[in-house]
Amino acid sequence: MTTLTFEDFPPGRFGSFGLQHVTREDILAFASEYDPQPMHLDEAAAAKSMLKGLSGSGWHLCSLMMRMLCDGFITRTASLGSPGVNEVRWLAPLRPGDDVMLDVDVIEARVSKSRPETGIVTFKSTARNAAGLALCEMTSPIIVGRRSPLEESR
Amino acid sequence: MRFFEDLEVGQRREVGAFTFTAEAIKTFAAQFDPQRFHLSEEAGRNSLFGGLAASGWHVGSVCMKLLVRDTQHQMQAAAARGETVAVWGPSPGFRDLRWVKPVLAGDTISFATEIVDKRTSDSRPNWGIVQARQTGTNQHGELVFSLVATAFVPRRDASS
Repeated sequence: MTTLTFEDFPPGRFGSFGLQHVTREDILAFASEYDPQPMHLDEAAAAKSMLKGLSGSGWHLCSLMMRMLCDGFITRTASLGSPGVNEVRWLAPLRPGDDVMLDVDVIEARVSKSRPETGIVTFKSTARNAAGLALCEMTSPIIVGRRSPLEESR
Repeated sequence: MRFFEDLEVGQRREVGAFTFTAEAIKTFAAQFDPQRFHLSEEAGRNSLFGGLAASGWHVGSVCMKLLVRDTQHQMQAAAARGETVAVWGPSPGFRDLRWVKPVLAGDTISFATEIVDKRTSDSRPNWGIVQARQTGTNQHGELVFSLVATAFVPRRDASS
């Protein structure tokens, strides 16, 4: 399979990826390990919370978004990792039974000044449930290798 | 757990440390971030990270884990003293997450949180909005992780 390089990420819509089906057990398992707040673990407490019902941890949703990015294209991209995340907005709760899809746009692509054999591609990724409701928006750069004559001949 | 009125910009607390074993790194990565440098020692060594590196989402999730655990200890202590315990609301998000340095297998990261801003909520008068910088520092004293998180914190007046 062809490896995607910096040149394959022009600004604009990149694609939609997924889906990830999220069960109640998935929500409880992640929350038990990483975010054991009552709103993520206990239906009765969750019903009284601002989110009005059991919801997945925001870190669970972000981790699922990472998995969708990986399965969608990153594991076949000349990715060298990411320096961070500009912003994450948790817009609506992740619920048991949700089927989550990810819409991905490239909002910026520029050649690295310090490492000119690489570029920095900034993505805006929006996780949506089956009703199309946006659950989370993430703006994050990854470092991607540029195409070299050597790679083109492969 | 404190109310909005009890919080002051500059308040900082250590929330605990976590050692990222190779096994834990690979387990998280296999589920959520299956990139080669998070799954294999050899691929990690041949990457920019220079070794088997934890997924950045693993580092962030562990920071959350220690924050929640520390918060729950505080809440239990406050309840034991007979104080009214404030239950914080959900977070609308975070910004400026930096994976400053790789977290490699065997590294022990100490996490801390510091209040950097607080304001009342216009749309939810019973709540304040607090911003806190969360950081992770490795066993060499190097900053490896940082973000600025937002949370809804209940106001004391609203609960009485």
